[in-house]
Amino acid sequence: MNRFEYTRAETLGAAVGAEGAFLAGGTNLLDLMKIGVAAPDRLVDISHLPLDRIEESAGGLRIGAMVRNADIARDPQVLARYPALAEALLSGASAQLRNAATTGGNVMQATRCSYFQDPLSPCNRREPGSGCGALGGVTRTHAVLGWTEGCIAVHPSDMCVALAAYDAVVEITGPGGLREVAMEEFHPLPDAEGAGAPSLSPGEIITHIRLPDPGPLARHGRYVKLRERTSFAFAIVSAAAALAIEDGVITEARLALGGVAARPWRCRKAEEALKGALATAETFARASELATDGARPSGDNAAKIVLAQRIAARALERAAAGTPDRLPALPASVFAGDDNG
Amino acid sequence: MTPTLNLTINGVPQQIALDDPRATLLDLLRERIGLTGTKKGCDRGQCGACTVLIDGRRMNACLALALSYDGAEITTVEGLATGETLHPVQAAFIAHDGFQCGYCTPGQIMSAVGLIAEGEAGLDPERIREGMSGNLCRCAAYAGITEAVLEATREMTSATGERESA
Ligand SMILES: Cc1cc2nc3c(=O)[nH]c(=O)nc-3n(C[C@H](O)[C@H](O)[C@H](O)COP(=O)(O)OP(=O)(O)OC[C@H]3O[C@@H](n4cnc5c(N)ncnc54)[C@H](O)[C@@H]3O)c2cc1C
Ligand code: SF4
Ligand code: FES
Ligand code: FES
Repeated sequence: MNRFEYTRAETLGAAVGAEGAFLAGGTNLLDLMKIGVAAPDRLVDISHLPLDRIEESAGGLRIGAMVRNADIARDPQVLARYPALAEALLSGASAQLRNAATTGGNVMQATRCSYFQDPLSPCNRREPGSGCGALGGVTRTHAVLGWTEGCIAVHPSDMCVALAAYDAVVEITGPGGLREVAMEEFHPLPDAEGAGAPSLSPGEIITHIRLPDPGPLARHGRYVKLRERTSFAFAIVSAAAALAIEDGVITEARLALGGVAARPWRCRKAEEALKGALATAETFARASELATDGARPSGDNAAKIVLAQRIAARALERAAAGTPDRLPALPASVFAGDDNG
Repeated sequence: MTPTLNLTINGVPQQIALDDPRATLLDLLRERIGLTGTKKGCDRGQCGACTVLIDGRRMNACLALALSYDGAEITTVEGLATGETLHPVQAAFIAHDGFQCGYCTPGQIMSAVGLIAEGEAGLDPERIREGMSGNLCRCAAYAGITEAVLEATREMTSATGERESA
C-alpha cells in the first residue's frame, strides 16, 4: 500500500470539495489499496459525518450515506415497506462486512472484475487505453447487457439492484451545490474506450438515498440471487421484484436485474408486459424473457442470459406470493425453500 | 506529526502513537499491542479470521483503518474470559469440538459473540450457519461450530432471561 495523508472530516462542509479519496467503511477502498489498484495520496475520512440516520421523507424514507448496510437491513420501516431491499442487503457480503459497509460506499464500490484486480492484466478501467484483459478470458461473471469492447465488467452491488427497482434517488452535494440522479442511471455504462464518464465529479459526495412511497408494492417485494455458494458470494445473476396485485391482476410491477451490467438493470419492457396481466406463472415466464431483451454474451457467458430469465421469473413468483413475515434463513437464496408461500 | 490514537482495548484505555497511517486495526493489535489472538488469514475481508468487536459490533479488523476508529472500544478474543473462567462461547467451542487446527477459531468465536448479541439467529441452525458465513474454516469444523453456537446461545439467553426465537 502507498503512503497517504489522512484527514478526518467532521462536517459535510469540510468533506465536500476535499481533494483525495473519501474513506467510509473502507471495505472496498482499503482492499483495492492493498492490491495496488487504488493509490490515493490523501484519504478524507467521511465515516464520522452526521449522515447516519434513516428518516421519513414525503411518504418514503431518506437513508443517510453513512448508515451501515446491516442497519438498513434490520430497520423496521425498510422491512415493512421495502422488503426486497432488506433481502438484497442480507444476501450481500458477510455480517462483519455489512456492519462496516456504508450506503454511500456500497453505491460507489468499484465496478470491477478479476482482471481489474490483477495489476499485471490490461484493464481500461484501471489504466485507460490499456485494453480489456477480460475479453476472450474467463467471463462467467461478466456482463451480458449494456457492455462494450471497452469494458465488460458488472457493478457488483446487491443493494443497488433493489434500490433501482424501488425508484430510489441518489442525493449528491458538490462544490457546485446539490443535484440528484435516479439510482437506475447513476452508474455509467461503458463507452468504446472503457468505463465511461464517472458518476461523481471530484469533491462530490453522496449524502443520502431517497426512496419514494412504495404504496401497495410494499407487500410483494423479493430479491433472488444466484451464487456459486449459498452464502458470502457475489451474484452470478440476481433479480429484485416488487408487485402491486388487486384481485389477481398486476396493477404495478418493478423488475431489476443484478450481475448482468455495469449498473442495476431495470427491465422496463417486462414491467409493461406485467402491468394489467394476471399474476400467473405464464405471465412471469413471458415477462422474464422480455427482461433480458437486447442481451448478448460478452464471452463464454451466454448461460447468464438464461439464468437471469429464470431468476427473474423466480423473483416475480416469490413477490406475487407475498413478502413473508420474516425473511427466510437464507436470504435471497434459490434454496430458501419458501416457494410455496 | 505522529498522530495519537485513543482506543479502549479489552477494557483498558490505551494511547498509541501511530507513525504510519496505513496500519489496519489488525496490524495494530498484532504488531503494536502484542495481542496476537486475532489472526490474519486473507487480509482482504474474505475469511473472517480477523473478526473483532468494534463498539460491540463484529467487523473485519483487516479492512478497518486504525485511524478511522480513534475513540472506539475494541474487544478481541483475549478480552472474553474472566480470569480462568472461559466465556460461554469459548467453553462451547471446546465442548463441541468447534475447531481442528484452531487458526480460524478466534475469529469464529468473536463472530459468534457478535451474532448472539445481534439476537436474530436464535436457535435456528440454518440462521446460525448463514450468520456465521463470513468465517471460513479450512478444517471444515462447521458442524461443531454450529453446535457450539447453539449451545452458547442457549446458555447466554437463559442466563439473561431473554426470549429465545427459534
Ligand atoms: C469479501 C467481500 C465480499 C463482498 N460481497 C459483496 C456482495 O455479495 N454483494 C455486495 O453488494 N457487495 C459485496 N461486497 C462489497 C461491499 O458491499 C462494499 O465493499 C461496501 O459496500 C463498500 O462500502 P464502504 O463503506 O466500506 O466503502 P469504502 O470502501 O469506504 O468506499 C468505496 C468507494 O466509495 C467511495 N465513497 C464512499 N462513500 C462515499 C460517499 N458518501 N460519497 C462519495 N463517494 C463515496 C470511496 O471513495 C471509495 O471509492 C463485498 C466486499 C468484500 C470485501
Ligand atoms: S472488464 Fe472492465 S474491469 Fe475487467 S479488465 Fe476489462 S476493462 Fe477492466
Ligand atoms: S484476515 Fe480479515 S477477513 Fe481474512
Ligand atoms: S479449525 Fe482449522 S481453519 Fe478452522
